Formats: sequence, C-alpha cells, structure tokens
Amino acid sequence: MIRLKDVEMVYDNGTQAIRGITLTIEDGEFVFLVGPSGSGKSTIIKLLTGEVEPSVGRIMINGFSVSNISERQIPLMRRTLGVIFQDFRLIEKKTVYDNLEFVMRAVGASPKEIRKRIPYVLELVGLEKKANSYPTELSGGEQQRVAIARALVNNPDTIIADEPTGNLDPERSLELMSLLVKINELGTTVVVVTHEKDLVDRFGKRVITIDSGHVINDSVGGYVGGTIHG
Amino acid sequence: MAKHDFRYFFREGLSNMFSHGFMTFAAIGITVACLLIMGTFTLVAVNANGLLEDLEQENEVLAYVDDSYTDQQAKALQKTLEAIPNVASATYISKEEATANFAAEYPEEAMLQDLDPEIFQDRYAIKVNDLTRLSQTTARIASTEGITDINAYEEIAGGFVTVRNVATVVCVALIAILFVVSVFIISNTIKLTTFDRREEIAIMRMVGATNGFIRWPFVYEGLMLGFLGAVIAFLLQWGLYEAVAQGVDTNDTLQLIQVIPFTQLWAPVAATFVGAGVLIGVGGSLSAIRKFLQV
Repeated sequence: MIRLKDVEMVYDNGTQAIRGITLTIEDGEFVFLVGPSGSGKSTIIKLLTGEVEPSVGRIMINGFSVSNISERQIPLMRRTLGVIFQDFRLIEKKTVYDNLEFVMRAVGASPKEIRKRIPYVLELVGLEKKANSYPTELSGGEQQRVAIARALVNNPDTIIADEPTGNLDPERSLELMSLLVKINELGTTVVVVTHEKDLVDRFGKRVITIDSGHVINDSVGGYVGGTIHG
Repeated sequence: MAKHDFRYFFREGLSNMFSHGFMTFAAIGITVACLLIMGTFTLVAVNANGLLEDLEQENEVLAYVDDSYTDQQAKALQKTLEAIPNVASATYISKEEATANFAAEYPEEAMLQDLDPEIFQDRYAIKVNDLTRLSQTTARIASTEGITDINAYEEIAGGFVTVRNVATVVCVALIAILFVVSVFIISNTIKLTTFDRREEIAIMRMVGATNGFIRWPFVYEGLMLGFLGAVIAFLLQWGLYEAVAQGVDTNDTLQLIQVIPFTQLWAPVAATFVGAGVLIGVGGSLSAIRKFLQV
C-alpha cells in the first residue's frame, strides 16, 4: 500500500514541486498518474522510490516509512518496487538474461531460483526467445518489455512505470499497457505515470491528476480536467 | 555472503575488465609504469645500500699490541677484544704476517721485499658492527691492557654513515612520493571507468542492490587489475634488472660495483609488487566508487 499524507517537496533551489498532497493507493490497484509537464509527477516518482525525501509530510510504501527511512533500509524498500523508465535503462553490455540476473543477484537469489524465475518472467512478457540478445539488438517495444521483465523478476508488491510508452508507437503502447494490466490482474499494484490521454481513457482505471503540485482530480474512468501536455 | 555470490562478483569483475578494454589497458599500464618506477628506484637504493655496507665492512680498526708481549700473550688478547661491545671480529696478525702483507702490497718495490719483521708490531684487525658507535668502541679498545696504539679511520667511517643516512632519507621520501602519486593516478583512472558506468550503478541502486553488492565487482576488478599490473611489472623489472646487471658486469669501469643477483631479490620484489598492486587497485576502486554510492 502507498500512502502520502500532507506531503510537500521543496528542492534546494527553492522550487516547490509538491504542495500538500494526500492520497492512498491500495494493494492490487491500477492507477494512472497524469498531469502536464512540471506538474510534480516526476517528483512523486522520486519520492516513491526514495531518491528524494519529502520536505514536509509522511510517505508509507509497502510498510516502509520513506519520510524517515534509514540508509540501510532504502535498498530493502526498493526491493518491494519494480520501476520502469521511459528510456528503459537497460545495461547494454549485458544480455537480456544477464540484465535480469543481476537484479535477482542484488536481492540475494540463489542460482537455482534465478534459473527458474527468469524464463518464466521472459515468457510472461513474450521474450523467451530473446534471452541471449543484447538490448541494442532489440526494438524499442522489446526493450521496454525487458524493462518490465526486470521490474517483475523479483516479484515486487508495486510496479511504478514512469512514462513507459513515451518512446513507443501507439500500437506498441497499447500492447505494453495491456501487459501491465495483465500483471495487475496477477495481484501486483501498478502505478503508471503518463501523459497519453487516449491510453488513459481506454482502460477505465483510477486516474489521479496532478497540477502545480496539487491533486486536482482523483476518479475512476478517465482523465478529467484540462489538456495534458507531455 | 554466499559462495555463489563471490563467484558471481568474480565473473562480473572479469567481464567488466574485458568489456571496458581501453580503460582496463590504461589502468594496468599506469599500474605497471608506477610499480616499475618505484621498483627500479628501490632496487637501485638496495644495491647502493649493499655497496655502502660492503665498504663499511672494509673499514677496520688496527690495534697494535705491546712489543713486550709474547706471541702467546698477544694471541690471548683476542677474547678480551671480542668481548668489547660493538666489536664484530678481531683477527690477530703477527708481525711476520704484517711484514708479508706489506711486501705483497708493493710487489714491485725490491727494497720492501726483505724487511725485518721486528720493525712491525703484532696487531689486531678489528671490525665493528655499527660504525656510528666507532669512537666509543675505539676508546674501549685503546684502553685495553696490552694495546699500545690504535689506527682508526673515523672520518672515513663518519663519511659512510652520513652518505647512508642521506641516501636512506632521500630513497624513503622519493618512494613515498611515487607511491602517493601512483595511488592518485590509478584512483583517477578507475574513477574514469566508474564514471563510464554511473548509469549501471544507478540502475543497481534503483533495483535495491545494497552498496556492498554494488561495490564487490569493482573491488574484484581493482584486485585483478592490480594483480595483473603487478605480474607484468615484475616480469619487466626482472628483465630490466638482469640487463642492467649484465651491463655493469661487462663494463670495465664499473668493476667495483657488485650488483646483488636478482635470485636473492625476486621474492621480496614479487611480494611487494603484488601487495602494492593489489592495494593500489582495490584502494583506487573503493575511492572511485564511493561518491556513486551515496543514496
């Protein structure tokens, strides 16, 4: 479960990115986080992944209090999350299999567990035949599916996807979003940050709209509010 | 940490070395260069020290025995002299032996070949352990009953002591400076390789890798770089040393210099190179990745 209570975030340069946000995302939910550029979406992702600490307020993620988390606990908190980025962030010098292996190694998985889990996850994202390919040998859609596989491989409680379709064509975007919905149906909480209105409307999930650091709408069904500018 | 983790870290470290070929080459090259410079300097210093030690040992004190002593009485003084602190050895030279030695020193002087031994005194050639305490030792020798006079080259001995002290200080200072410079250069080279991989480190942190997990492959990589650099530097040092030793041996004007054979030096040189290489490699890696590990 994710809970933000009266969270404010002011960066060192004085920019106030978040102004008193309170929201709760229950286990097993699928949520779109939408809003124009500079609205504070990226800051929320940074707060959720522990990259920055809130200036004011409390954040709880999967049982960890991010507001006063110790340095030692941050890796443990991050293991409950699977993060997907717009630019995939795969290690180009490692094969698809190795990109997933090192993530499992990082949490102390045994070679036996790794050998069992990676083929399963690759099959789930439809890349079972690409295990020995390098990221540069794959299309954008395939690379993003590797990123999803990497986010999934440690069986996290929550997947956070930051503009996951930003570099994909509409058809691949739809495919990828369907894959995330499938993953959500298997029990994982999914938070997708996006500015693609059509995609948001199509899935009829909960949509939280952020603007100027405030939550301006939180409803189920589709985007409500002004034009979204990526 | 499980055994399979160490195998994984080792494999990762090795694969990192190969996948960042140029940086690996640069780091090993610099390690080799630094170790070679330090090694060469140290070996020159060791040889110079050995040479000075030899020269010091040549320096002996002559203690002349009272003419009224019989041969037996003169020989009996040996134990007394050797009991004096700092005396390494006392060799008895009878007046007949002294006469023969003297004649042998001037083989072309006919008039010196047939001297009467009675003009010489029985004597002891005394060697000391520590030249810095020569004056106290000569004073003790001179006050020994049965010794009438002594001949000690204290100024020469003082000169040797000064040269050794200055040489030691200069060597230690230069080696220390070279070591610090080496660590700095290697740490910066490894920093460049790490900078190249900051994205990789950021991904590792994002997926929940602990700092220890991120650090280990770099530590192994630094260890392997340092070890490889040390082995190459050792082999080059060996070749260089043998070449110089051969050059000195075959050079007529350098006949006085006795180069210590490498067979006597290889073990400490190898141990020092491997130790320094590994220390520089691991230290450089750790210092290089430190700033990337801050949450």
